[in-house]
Amino acid sequence: MEPLMAFVVGALFAAAVYMILRRSIVKLVIGLILLSNAANLAIFTAAGMREGAPPLIPAGSTEPMVTPVADPLPQALILTAIVIAFGVLAFAVVLIHRAYEIVGVDDLDELRTTDLTKELD
Amino acid sequence: MFPEILVLLPVFLPMTAAALSVVMWRSPLAQRVIGVVGTTALLAFGIILLLQTWENGIITMEMSGFAAPFGIVLVSDLLSAMMVVMTGIMGFTVVIYSLATAGEDYERFGYYPLMHLLHAGVAGAFLTGDIFNLYVWFEVMLVASFALLILGGKRAQMEGAVKYVTINLVSSMILLTAIGLTYGVVGSLNMAHIAEVFQEVDSPIITVIAMMYMVAFAIKAGSFPLFFWLPASYHTPPVAVSALFAGLLTKVGAYALFRFFTLIFTQDVEFTHNILLWAGAITMITGVLGAAAQFEFRRILSIHIISQIGYMLMALGLLASPDIPDEVAQLAIAGGIFYIIHNIIVKTNLFLVSGVVYRVLGSYHLKKLGGIYRHKPFLALLFFISALSLAGLPPLSGFFAKFAVIRAGLEAMEWYVVVFALVTGLLTLYSMVKIWMYAFWSPAPEDNPQVHKLKEPDDADTWVMYTPIILLTIATVVLGVYGEPFFELTLAAAEQLLDPQVYIDAVGLEYVIDHPIEDIEPTGGQ
Repeated sequence: MEPLMAFVVGALFAAAVYMILRRSIVKLVIGLILLSNAANLAIFTAAGMREGAPPLIPAGSTEPMVTPVADPLPQALILTAIVIAFGVLAFAVVLIHRAYEIVGVDDLDELRTTDLTKELD
Repeated sequence: MFPEILVLLPVFLPMTAAALSVVMWRSPLAQRVIGVVGTTALLAFGIILLLQTWENGIITMEMSGFAAPFGIVLVSDLLSAMMVVMTGIMGFTVVIYSLATAGEDYERFGYYPLMHLLHAGVAGAFLTGDIFNLYVWFEVMLVASFALLILGGKRAQMEGAVKYVTINLVSSMILLTAIGLTYGVVGSLNMAHIAEVFQEVDSPIITVIAMMYMVAFAIKAGSFPLFFWLPASYHTPPVAVSALFAGLLTKVGAYALFRFFTLIFTQDVEFTHNILLWAGAITMITGVLGAAAQFEFRRILSIHIISQIGYMLMALGLLASPDIPDEVAQLAIAGGIFYIIHNIIVKTNLFLVSGVVYRVLGSYHLKKLGGIYRHKPFLALLFFISALSLAGLPPLSGFFAKFAVIRAGLEAMEWYVVVFALVTGLLTLYSMVKIWMYAFWSPAPEDNPQVHKLKEPDDADTWVMYTPIILLTIATVVLGVYGEPFFELTLAAAEQLLDPQVYIDAVGLEYVIDHPIEDIEPTGGQ
């Protein structure tokens, strides 16, 4: 399972980078969404995957489990990361909407007045 | 309980202040009071934390009572405590400055709550001893900074923010992936635990992970070749926000590099730290050359941030040579820490001065400025001291910061990097002299519609703006003239950093069942 997931993660990263490098602002956001999903899947895969062994212990058990169970921590990490990424990406979507309203074109190459040395206001 | 609770307060106080400010959404006056009280409390408890850490050694607090490495642990060593004090100083001075400059538009849209959240994120990043928690604090800090950056909604701010948000998100995702890989290798998120495991293992995967952390933090610190978001965005928000960003945000990246590359990644220093060393050298020179080409007050200052980050990276990179004597390593790290502290104070102060100049003459463009020395000599003096300190002239704080780093560089026999550092110092002086010549020394610009304001006496608001500037100017003079106790402090902090075992023992890993790293190998699916 892990080698397959590694390829999926790699493909997601590649797609994300490709989208971020496009000129369109909308595609930039799509790239960021893909990037955060790629990172989450990478955590999930790197921490080790285990089929059919949910992270549950029998009721009343006080000893550490002898049989291997799935690690619940990466799942908690991903959940946190998804929530954070959701908030940040919601902000990014609003930001590009406002930027689009002000600049008027869906083209990142137009967003370069702050890099020019001419005077600002 | 005491003094452990002190470690929590620098995070808890700004969070509370932010929540109270949101409750008082409709009352700017109440938000201002909470702003001043909250940041004063942050500064006061930061200083108490530093004193306690100095007396008792590293203080740790286990969140919710879960023992390390299973729960999240907050750790205050001397470096963390010092950085928290700096957060308090920045918070306090910038809030005072904001009283006169924020304006109703900003206050009505949550300026103060965002400010407090930013402080909480920064303090949390300084104190946490858990890598995933570090990521969370980075995000808290970033979201607050995103919102502060676009408050006001001018075109330049939107453009700057698109770049700032994108590149910082990419950096966060690299950090998150690196955290995932670290967890995959070690099975722990606790920095002390990871450091202990990595000490015993020599595996190429560790260097790969180290490089991912380095790229993530170097983007946040604004190091060559990853700094391009910084000059595009830092000069766009109101000057109080720029000052806070300039003082704190990039330094969090620098702090994280110092923490990770002294505590965790010390196996392959010849590879990792040499990259830091040379990245530092090139960062210095590109930053200062970029600034030399600019003619706008705030842009010169923001590009200089990059150049100053170079000195910090250089100090850390000096650990690269494996046979470096302990005293030299200590001097390098202490110099780097002193440099961070000096730079936070001076850089913020210069931004604040640029805000006063803008208030008087209505422009940041050097060619539209002038006559300040003649008509407002006091303001000129405040700029002069900070500018010379930034350039590194004795007896100000910048001189001792540069002196320590360069002396360590000479003793480590990194001649080329030292040449870079010295040339950068000279060019910094050139940029500062350029601002001085155009904005302060030259005759008043008669074609500027606001030129009559030069001759009027300062109003009450301007004196509110002067207060933090005077405080920070005194700080840079004291750090220079009476620098010895402060340098002793950074030397002690460096000693702690260079001995990871102190940190590991302080966190305490008595519940860890020893197992060699081969056992951690994931078993894979069926």
